[in-house]
Amino acid sequence: MTTAPAHAGWRFRQPSVIPGFGLTLGFSLAYLTLVILIPLSGLIWRSAALGWTDFWVLATDRRTLKALEISFGTALIAAAVNVVFGTLVAWVLVRYRFPGRRVVDAMVDLPFALPTAVAGIALTTLYAPTGWLGKLLMPLGLKVAYTPLGIIVALVFIGLPFVVRTVQPIMEELDKEVEEAAATLGASRFQIITRVLLPSLAPAIITGFSLAFARGVGEYGSVIFIAGNLPYKSEIAPLLIVIRLEEYNYPAATAIAAIMLALSFAMLLVINLVQTWSRKRYG
Amino acid sequence: MEVRVVNVRKEFERFPALHDVSLDIKSGELIALLGPSGSGKTTLLRLIAGLERPTKGAIFFGDEDASQKSIQERNVGFVFQHYALFRHMTVADNIGFGLKVRHGGARPSGQEIRRRALELLDLVQLSGLEKRYPAQLSGGQRQRVALARAMAIEPKVLLLDEPFGALDAQVRRELRRWLREIHDRTGHTTVFVTHDQEEALELADRVVVMSQGRIEQVGTADDIYDTPNSPFVYSFIGESSSLPVKVENGEVWIADRPIGLQAPHAPPGEAVLHFRPHDVDLLDGCSGCIAGTVAASRRVAGTRRVELEIGGERRRVEIELPVDHPAAQKSRVAFRPRRWKLFPQS
Repeated sequence: MTTAPAHAGWRFRQPSVIPGFGLTLGFSLAYLTLVILIPLSGLIWRSAALGWTDFWVLATDRRTLKALEISFGTALIAAAVNVVFGTLVAWVLVRYRFPGRRVVDAMVDLPFALPTAVAGIALTTLYAPTGWLGKLLMPLGLKVAYTPLGIIVALVFIGLPFVVRTVQPIMEELDKEVEEAAATLGASRFQIITRVLLPSLAPAIITGFSLAFARGVGEYGSVIFIAGNLPYKSEIAPLLIVIRLEEYNYPAATAIAAIMLALSFAMLLVINLVQTWSRKRYG
Repeated sequence: MEVRVVNVRKEFERFPALHDVSLDIKSGELIALLGPSGSGKTTLLRLIAGLERPTKGAIFFGDEDASQKSIQERNVGFVFQHYALFRHMTVADNIGFGLKVRHGGARPSGQEIRRRALELLDLVQLSGLEKRYPAQLSGGQRQRVALARAMAIEPKVLLLDEPFGALDAQVRRELRRWLREIHDRTGHTTVFVTHDQEEALELADRVVVMSQGRIEQVGTADDIYDTPNSPFVYSFIGESSSLPVKVENGEVWIADRPIGLQAPHAPPGEAVLHFRPHDVDLLDGCSGCIAGTVAASRRVAGTRRVELEIGGERRRVEIELPVDHPAAQKSRVAFRPRRWKLFPQS
């Protein structure tokens, strides 16, 4: 047995013999600093300049809180919806061969490419009380456009490819024999899906969820068209930031931004931890 | 459980993988399906399991027609070459899976399932590893877990698809002996697929030799090796040499000379003579023998393998000599097969 020096706590794992560790790590750090760290620390810096009491007043403003609640709430719901239907879409694309499969496959990526404003306007036209779908939903008492429901619809649209594209490759790698093994052991189709397939897809599904969620929280372009933007009702936090900016109220804008940043970071961290745990378990 | 395969035919998109195959498997038997790749052995195994449906024919478990039943209802234990373990479950959960997915009264209590899993783990000699995940096990250990999982449901028949194919030679040999022990102890009717003749001959009670979607021969290791019933079996199992010959007046001739082999029942005309390279008598003189010029001589483990060119057509055959036999030094060797068989020319 080798005895490690007593003082050696945490240290770098021996990099491989292939050179380049120093260069690539240095480059990555410099790049991340330039692209992410500096802009974000600027944000923190500005909001720190506010002072704690001012910051607290701005942060606990009822309109701000409501906007944050709407942003995070709708993003969570939309991500959850996308997890269910995105996984289903991925399943159909991976498992079945049907005419037009490639077209459907390509269609999944459209929300990536489409300018979000275009998506917003299209969805609004569809779901407005006079629109194609809005007209049908009105008698049922469902109002989609200009409500939080509309925001969810927009975020579902925007977030779908994130789930499909993360789950799809993992699903393609699923071993057919594992399903066959479960079937010979007497498991029904439903049991195979819930007990064998979904658990092995869990890490990918969680990744898809967190990507769709992160995208949803930050989404602006498509939402502002369909949301109606009524303060306290359907106003999202990114919009409120823009409103504050237009009022030249920079401290309030940075405060909201800092809170969003902190919340997003905390949630993504938690999701990442869950993922590490599930990956460790499911290897 | 006795298994009967009756006139089964299987086509994949019009391509026939099995032609009218029939096979009776006795209860408690350990039987091997042996053949080169593409011979249909895995297809036959999957048909018995219900993982494929026959195009024609039926498969009986005892007196029941199993071909009408779904995979789930057949209650077979299937072990895959690449283990197919559930990687998100512990070893114990893997083994208990088949019991856990049962419904209502057929499902044992959680405690009972656990007890049974530990018992099986003991049987496959992996006690103490129940909390591990498959990723933390070696290949041989994984295959043992897969076997325990298959046995947990008390299957009517145990089916193994190249169970040792992905393991290295050492582990293979070890598991082979171990599988035989487990079989003798539990008495499950077991069918396994292999392309390794040594594995089949050593392990199985009976061997089914398959080629091109047909069963060539079924028999014990002795039957298969000593009395092959087709040129394919002769050349596929063990070493063999063959020579084109002629049958005339109940005697075997090569070119214009009789070689001293009597074949009173063979039909006259062209035929192919098969024999084992090691099963020959060396002769000094040559009145009624096969004689050839030594073309090559190689030392193979405990014997010397000599390649001879026979007759004007210079047909090459191999025979085996003891290492220190003087004939190996000579340029011309005469011999006569001790045991041999004639097959009509194909």
